[in-house]
Amino acid sequence: MKPSRPARWFANGWMAAVFLFLYVPIGALVLYSFNDSTVPNVWRGFTLKWYAALASDREILGGLWLSLKIAFLSACGSVVLGTLAAFSLVKYRRFRGRTLFSGMVHAPLVMPEVVVGLSLLLMLVSLQRATESAFGVGFPARGLLTIWLGHLLIGLAYATVVVRSRLLDLNPQLEEAAQDLGARPHQVFWLVTLPMIGQSLASAWLLTFTLSLDDVVLSAFLSGPGSTTMPLVIFSRAKLGLNPTVNAVATVIVLLVAVGVAVASWLIADAERRRTRETAEAARPG
Amino acid sequence: MDAPTTLAAKLRTRVHGRWVVIGVPFLWLLVFFLLPFLIVLDISLSEMGTVRPNELLSWRDGVLTLTLRFSGYSLVAQDTLYLTAYVASLKYAFWTTLLCLLIGYPFAYFMARARAAVQPALLMLVMLPFWTSFLLRVYAWKGLLSPDGWAWDLIVGLGLDPVLVALGLIPAPGKLMHTPFSLVIGMVYTYLPFMVLPLYGTLAKLDLRLLEAAQDLGARPWVAFWTVTVPLSRAGIVAGSMLVFIPSVGEFVIPELLGGPETLMIGRVMWDEFFANNDWPMASTVAVVMILMILVPLAVFHKVQAEAQEPRS
Repeated sequence: MKPSRPARWFANGWMAAVFLFLYVPIGALVLYSFNDSTVPNVWRGFTLKWYAALASDREILGGLWLSLKIAFLSACGSVVLGTLAAFSLVKYRRFRGRTLFSGMVHAPLVMPEVVVGLSLLLMLVSLQRATESAFGVGFPARGLLTIWLGHLLIGLAYATVVVRSRLLDLNPQLEEAAQDLGARPHQVFWLVTLPMIGQSLASAWLLTFTLSLDDVVLSAFLSGPGSTTMPLVIFSRAKLGLNPTVNAVATVIVLLVAVGVAVASWLIADAERRRTRETAEAARPG
Repeated sequence: MDAPTTLAAKLRTRVHGRWVVIGVPFLWLLVFFLLPFLIVLDISLSEMGTVRPNELLSWRDGVLTLTLRFSGYSLVAQDTLYLTAYVASLKYAFWTTLLCLLIGYPFAYFMARARAAVQPALLMLVMLPFWTSFLLRVYAWKGLLSPDGWAWDLIVGLGLDPVLVALGLIPAPGKLMHTPFSLVIGMVYTYLPFMVLPLYGTLAKLDLRLLEAAQDLGARPWVAFWTVTVPLSRAGIVAGSMLVFIPSVGEFVIPELLGGPETLMIGRVMWDEFFANNDWPMASTVAVVMILMILVPLAVFHKVQAEAQEPRS
């Protein structure tokens, strides 16, 4: 069933066109961050002045620092909660409320962010009001904590999907063998399961980190005065029009992602190779 | 001496093991996901007080009174502002989903048929944009579609803008930004990977011997494709379409950056009720109706997802 030559050309052409569609906008963003012109879309030569402007832009740098803190915390929290949720769904096939649980885990993946943001905010405001009338101090005040809670909700959903698909791929016999040899459930988890799903935990962490670092809508609802994240700054500037400092931010992010993904995939491939070798050696008879 | 320790240990493993694993995320979701929705439902039915919505249940002169307000819902049903915005949201979500499917299905199909050695790299290339900021990638189209941008040059240079005017996608030749056209481009661009990944997932697992069997039995390639490949990739088509359609309905950022006056979508309407008008009950009402709109596609998505993820037994 070898495809004919025109069919192959058509296939390659289609794929190339889609990849162009996906990547040309990113390329344009990067290129125009070096454009020495205040008129957008007109190339007037190379400059680094937008990067210099970026380095002294307190609003963006302050937002970036806050965003990084929130992203770190929400990635850590999402992986812990997501692993627990994925475990519940894979290991315990029957428990009270499993359908509700599974629905709640997956819903934030597709739920409109404006709805999630509004409802979480209204709940936190009610809580704040209740604590204010009871103790005189409103808790939680809008800021890092409330944004973190919102990002955790989305992060939990993504982390669960990533970890769950890995858990479903695992060979259950390995865990059963450990149990038969006398390992306690928590020992099975730390010594057998965790090393095997480690890679998926790492990708879940990275994914939820970038999702949090990028979020506009939830942060807009849940942020308070003085807690403006970087995407909120970028969003308000981008709404006004084209702005070369935004391009400069984009270039820095693209560069970081490229480096991060390259390093991560190299580390993951390396760990995978090592594990395959060890498993093969362990399985060898004699 | 020994007995209590083992008993305690036994108790600990039992309590810790199952209940903590299920209980912690379950409780978390109940408090931070389900409870907020109930509060929104509650507020959507309450009267707006001077600063904040009144309580549904009030204690007046020794009588417990339940005040339900349905005027928000009747307003949503009658006022053309809401109706137009809901219809527009569904319309743009539908076109986005259709275009993603038309572009994404052949793409995922060719990807699944590419040499096995290059498939991981292709997959990586599809996922990579997903890792760079979505906000900045949407912003990029602002530059590409405004006058003298690359996409603007291409479309106007090829003389395609009168066609877009005839289709009613742009108001005048040469004006591409802040139109339904720029909105749909931005949405397709953002959501295409969400369509491609589940499609690729089902197409890559497809048993090629079934296609060979169809051809051996005399089916032409095109017939084999429609009668074997497409039905077998149904799960991927449904999952991908729902993953694109549902978030598109409530999309806020893309219409804000790329849309125009004609593309008022429901996410923006809700946003304005809350932030500009400070009308919490109305914002909640719009949110509740939004959830009702996506409930059916949500249920379909969840069913397909559950079927695909349960191991075949």
